Amino acid sequence: MIKTTAQRIYVALIFIFLYAPIATLIVLSFNASKTRSKWGGFTFKWYASLFEDEKILQALGNTLLIAFLSASIATVIGTIACIAMQNMKRKSRTIIMGITNIPMLNAEIVTGISLMLLFIILGFKFGFMTILLAHITFNIPYVILSVMPRMKQLNPSTYEAALDLGASHTQAFFKVVFPDILPGIVSGFIMAFTMSLDDFVITHFTKGAGIDTLSTKIYTEVRKGIKPEMYALSTIIFVTVLILLLLVNYAPKKKQDTAAVK
Amino acid sequence: MNNKRKLLSIPYLLWAIVFIIIPLFMVVYYGITDKTGAFTFANIAAIATAEHGKALWLSVLLSFMSTVVCLLLAYPLAMILSKMNIASNSFLVLIFILPMWMNFLLRTLAWLSLLEKTGVINNILKFFGLPTMNIINTPGAIILGMVYNFLPFMIMPIYNALVKIDPNVINAARDLGAGPFKTFTKVIFPLSIPGVISGITMVFVPALTTFVISTILGGNKILLIGNVIELEFTTTGNWHLGSGLSMVLMVFIVISMILTAIFDKDGEGSML
Amino acid sequence: MKNVLVNLEHISKSYDGQMVLDDLNLYIRENEFLTLLGPSGCGKTTTLRILGGFETPDKGRVVFEGADITNLPPNKRQLNTVFQKYALFTHMNIAENIAFGLKIKNKSKAYIDDKIKYALKLVNLDGFEKRMPNSLSGGQQQRIAIARAIVNEPKLLLLDEPLGALDLKLRQDMQYELIRLKNELGITFIYVTHDQEEALTMSDTIVVMNQGYIQQIGTPERIYNEPENAFVADFIGESNIIGATMIEDRLVEILGARFACVDEGFGRNKPVDVVIRPEDVELTKNPADGTIQGVVSHVIFKGVHYEMEVQANGFEWLVHSTGMFPVGTNVGIKVDPFNIQIMNKPESEDEEAVGVNE
Repeated sequence: MIKTTAQRIYVALIFIFLYAPIATLIVLSFNASKTRSKWGGFTFKWYASLFEDEKILQALGNTLLIAFLSASIATVIGTIACIAMQNMKRKSRTIIMGITNIPMLNAEIVTGISLMLLFIILGFKFGFMTILLAHITFNIPYVILSVMPRMKQLNPSTYEAALDLGASHTQAFFKVVFPDILPGIVSGFIMAFTMSLDDFVITHFTKGAGIDTLSTKIYTEVRKGIKPEMYALSTIIFVTVLILLLLVNYAPKKKQDTAAVK
Repeated sequence: MNNKRKLLSIPYLLWAIVFIIIPLFMVVYYGITDKTGAFTFANIAAIATAEHGKALWLSVLLSFMSTVVCLLLAYPLAMILSKMNIASNSFLVLIFILPMWMNFLLRTLAWLSLLEKTGVINNILKFFGLPTMNIINTPGAIILGMVYNFLPFMIMPIYNALVKIDPNVINAARDLGAGPFKTFTKVIFPLSIPGVISGITMVFVPALTTFVISTILGGNKILLIGNVIELEFTTTGNWHLGSGLSMVLMVFIVISMILTAIFDKDGEGSML
Repeated sequence: MKNVLVNLEHISKSYDGQMVLDDLNLYIRENEFLTLLGPSGCGKTTTLRILGGFETPDKGRVVFEGADITNLPPNKRQLNTVFQKYALFTHMNIAENIAFGLKIKNKSKAYIDDKIKYALKLVNLDGFEKRMPNSLSGGQQQRIAIARAIVNEPKLLLLDEPLGALDLKLRQDMQYELIRLKNELGITFIYVTHDQEEALTMSDTIVVMNQGYIQQIGTPERIYNEPENAFVADFIGESNIIGATMIEDRLVEILGARFACVDEGFGRNKPVDVVIRPEDVELTKNPADGTIQGVVSHVIFKGVHYEMEVQANGFEWLVHSTGMFPVGTNVGIKVDPFNIQIMNKPESEDEEAVGVNE
């Protein structure tokens, strides 16, 4: 009993550690004082003024659009790559997976500057497009790493069974293979979207002047002081995601059969 | 028809060559040339100057220390979590990914509010009559920021390696006479090494190369190698020097990749 | 009579309010090959885990050579287990796997090396010391798991469905291996399986279990020939189980016809169940020669014999015979009195559960 209590306390402490800054930010979003070090009473005013701050809204729009587009394109390219890899010999598959791991294991700063140098050499104009290309690049691996395990679990016979029963290759894929790998595709998309949303370093090197995402906007504000509207905005985003997750997790679903104990 | 399906890899392969492989060669190209385009080792050798050497040494030291702290915090946690009957590890992934929906810069900034002289933690310490601490703008604050940001990358691979151990293998060790301590040192820990190695690389590499955490929590007084490179690219504009220094960092990254490849052949300690 | 090695006394165990073992009593003698046999969920694995020390019973005691070991952790018990799917240490080579228990007991290097050699020879895998477990076939891994357990010289070896992951041919070979091993080692084996053929082949004693209760304990011959209730009869081999009435000693009425039998002491006009094995049903060419008459409805050739179904007095009789009668033939049915096994009707609901879900 003492052991399990100690274990629970330990788990709780780690979670407090991970979530304390989040709680702090939520508290700050209701702080009437403009400096974060003083509590000036409870207020909703930052939530109101948030919707009048065009620069923040512009940055939010860019962030969401880039996250959505980069996650979608990465999901398509990544899923197609997984289908191709499934039909490859082990050796070529290992090589491709190795390349896929580079952006995952590489330092963000190196990925960032390498793409920056590429865009300079190619003569690209830095802006929305370059950020999007960079985000797609670091998002594809998350999709592949989510879809590939699902792909490997597939029983090849089900695909052949579909062909045997008269389905064309395309039909067989969409009716048999696709539903099986869909959970992997969805979680890959969500991962990619999240990573894009949270990214700062790579955006920092590929954005150029004149465009901002939330991350880069916050970074420029670090020295002069964060606008409290930012706290309000991140609280809204966080709470929205939290509610969505709770809805998905606790939506009525069939209880798993508890396997009989031998 | 199998060949036809292999062609589907072409979009990704092209993408990977243009946006992953070629850019890395760009870094190398810039790193070994000067502004006139002539070959030089000066950019790489620049790491040996007092200023850069100090930044690199401090980066290695701080990232090593935060990796050790992460490992010490994460291993027991992963052990406890792996013994709880959590229906699926997607729930765990969610718990660790959820904070990412609050911007990473803001989360790191929030530690300022918590750690300041008049911050939350010091107020709590004062309330209990304990001495207050002042770690903002010190290496300690940077280590804390690194641990905070990268701890999940240590927890998940270790957890994934631990839940994959067949409970009967642990039972077998007990059955053959091993007490709890020997069972851990001889069986559980060796079997979790792939997760530990992949956790170490996933914490060490980002910690070694960060410039954001040191900027926010170090108050611009402490320069890490990441800060030096960032300045070369955004402020000073000496891309050649920045690339040369990045190549030094890439040596560390390649070593970690090789380590991961050796110890984690089957991707057992993967993050997802 | 040999000495009792282990005694399980009044063992009860439940998980999440579900009773898995209910007041189980069982003793195991020295040098016995005892098999716990039953469908999944019958409590056989739980019994083995309680013996191994991986579970603690809610009630009851485990007594090993006179000492209560109910709360002793597994590493302190003088017995070893061969686990389902082998549970070899994949990060160690074969020699290290086998040496594991001996190193913990701080045996000398010479002793350990000797033991490894001896154990590998015993399981016919000489020279495998430096191989890694994952490079071995299922059957070889199984032998290593056994070697790893027996080098510790346990008095009792627990085997948890050790052959379950092997294919049929290999399984049969390993059955003979296990019998040979047990005889060479002279120790007690407790074997868990849901495979009745495996149990009949290897055991000295079979314990048939269902839903947390022991249904019957006996030698393989006894369990097969004289099942005590419908569950045992149905689980072990194929059988015709028919509701009947015991008219008097040595006379039973089955489906309206009277059959001579050898059982006594059931009382008069008492409802009973009878078990007749398909190979014990005799078909006569002349219907009048049989005790009852029927029509062949189904014939399948099975190699060693024909399997036939005969409709007679509203019951579908299963018959195994080397002689064949075509579908539609009128036949008589005869049964030797020795081959009619009379059983009491089940009294409690628990025993009634005949449904075998495998």
